[in-house]
Amino acid sequence: MDGFLLQVFSGLATGSIYAAVGLALVMIYQSTHHINFAQGEMATFATFICWWLIDSGMSYWLAFFLTVGVAFVGGLVIQRVFIRPVERKPVLINVIVFVGLLVIFNAMSGWIFEHTLKAFESPFPVRSAVLPEYISGHQLGSLGVTLAVLLVIYLFFRFTPIGLAMRGAAQNPDSASLVGIRVTWMLALGWGLASAIGAVAGIMMAPIMFLDPNMMGGILLYGFAAALLGGIDNPWGAVAGGFIVGVLENLLGAYVIGSDLKLTVALVLIVGTLTLKPNGLFGQKVVTRV
Amino acid sequence: MSLLQVKDLCAWYGPTQALFNVNFELAEGGITTILGANGAGKTTTLRGVCQTVKTSGEMIFDGKSTSGLSTDKIVRMGVAHVPDGRGTFTGLTVDENLRLGAYTRKDKTAVSEDIEKVYDRFPRLRERFSQQAGTLSGGEQQMLAISRALMLRPKLLLLDEPSFGLAPLIVQEIFEIMKSINQTDGVSMLLVEQNASLALNLADHAYLLETGKVVLAGPAEDIRADETIRRTYLGY
Repeated sequence: MDGFLLQVFSGLATGSIYAAVGLALVMIYQSTHHINFAQGEMATFATFICWWLIDSGMSYWLAFFLTVGVAFVGGLVIQRVFIRPVERKPVLINVIVFVGLLVIFNAMSGWIFEHTLKAFESPFPVRSAVLPEYISGHQLGSLGVTLAVLLVIYLFFRFTPIGLAMRGAAQNPDSASLVGIRVTWMLALGWGLASAIGAVAGIMMAPIMFLDPNMMGGILLYGFAAALLGGIDNPWGAVAGGFIVGVLENLLGAYVIGSDLKLTVALVLIVGTLTLKPNGLFGQKVVTRV
Repeated sequence: MSLLQVKDLCAWYGPTQALFNVNFELAEGGITTILGANGAGKTTTLRGVCQTVKTSGEMIFDGKSTSGLSTDKIVRMGVAHVPDGRGTFTGLTVDENLRLGAYTRKDKTAVSEDIEKVYDRFPRLRERFSQQAGTLSGGEQQMLAISRALMLRPKLLLLDEPSFGLAPLIVQEIFEIMKSINQTDGVSMLLVEQNASLALNLADHAYLLETGKVVLAGPAEDIRADETIRRTYLGY
């Protein structure tokens, strides 16, 4: 039983990171109707920036917030420079731009920060303050940080005029411009937020994984599985999906398939969801009356 | 003084030209209607005013040129547009739709008051305020669309076929409401409508478009009395 609970808690901890990546994917999907394949590499690059800041003597949390800020601006700039020109172009062109960004960020990480594995210190104590027998200090800490991020994002979209405008712009860009919303800026803001959320996920993941340019490759798959399982058009579905994927992956890894085949869980979930329930568990069926 | 002057408006969809040197004026406080058959360029004219299509020509709204301005800037000058298909944010709630309509306004308390006014005018919207707008009936959606546009406190309201797809009784109701908005709130209107007799009853001025050109213009009464109009568009 203890072993089981241990797996569940550590699944929730990694699940929160999948949830954050899934949320970032959904946010960009809602405004562009494409999956941002570069999400993981963008997050890795941001994590490298954070590592470099800490390595050059900055305190952890200052580096953390600075990196999130840089990631936000970076996401915004990427949308303005690379995505906006191809917005209304065919799917394939968009996919190629996303893949191009993936390659660019992956190469930049390796080129600037080298391919050697880097240890990334956790800011949290080794021993958890609550339930120390089931969850480590970093797991609890990263769970707390990602939950805080998700809460902030929720409050932002639910209660601020800009959040509402962003939802409107993603959903019906033409109408949004007719009520005076500057749609392209709202989409850019969405990219900034997604990039910032990805950066948080990367920074929380690094102490568990070791930092290298391919760190987020697998995580992106889990995040994608989370987003699809929850429903690609539903941000909170993606969050729920993240936790489900995290726990499922850990339990199956521990008791059924072994840890070598863990990533297969993500792939099976992706294929399974797409074939059996393409809308996902919580996918909104937009109701329209004719 | 006219609120909107449009000179030599041309519009294109890709390489296809849809409007050819359209000229019209809209009096402050008045209701002007644009009549015409399908494909004559009525919707495009409204889109041209808001610059959601590629245009050339000169437009002066409220004494200022709007040529080359982006849609959101024109909206901020006080032009509200109820587009064809109503432009409802179907996945957002009724309340959120109304709040988005007031997106450009900074006077928070007045916005809340205006939302109250909308609910007083349309009690059915109050009942459904937390419901997804996509679940409303056609008539309710049209009421929501007009209300959302009014949340901007516009000087000019562009209406694209408000009667489309609605039962005759609901259409009557909507047109009554438009009349009262024009009279009590002093909002000028540019109305595009298939139902020519309804439109001519409401409007004070009318323009007739044929294949992207204005072929007839004048006070609504004169247009209504015109022999060709009567035969072609009013059908008696």
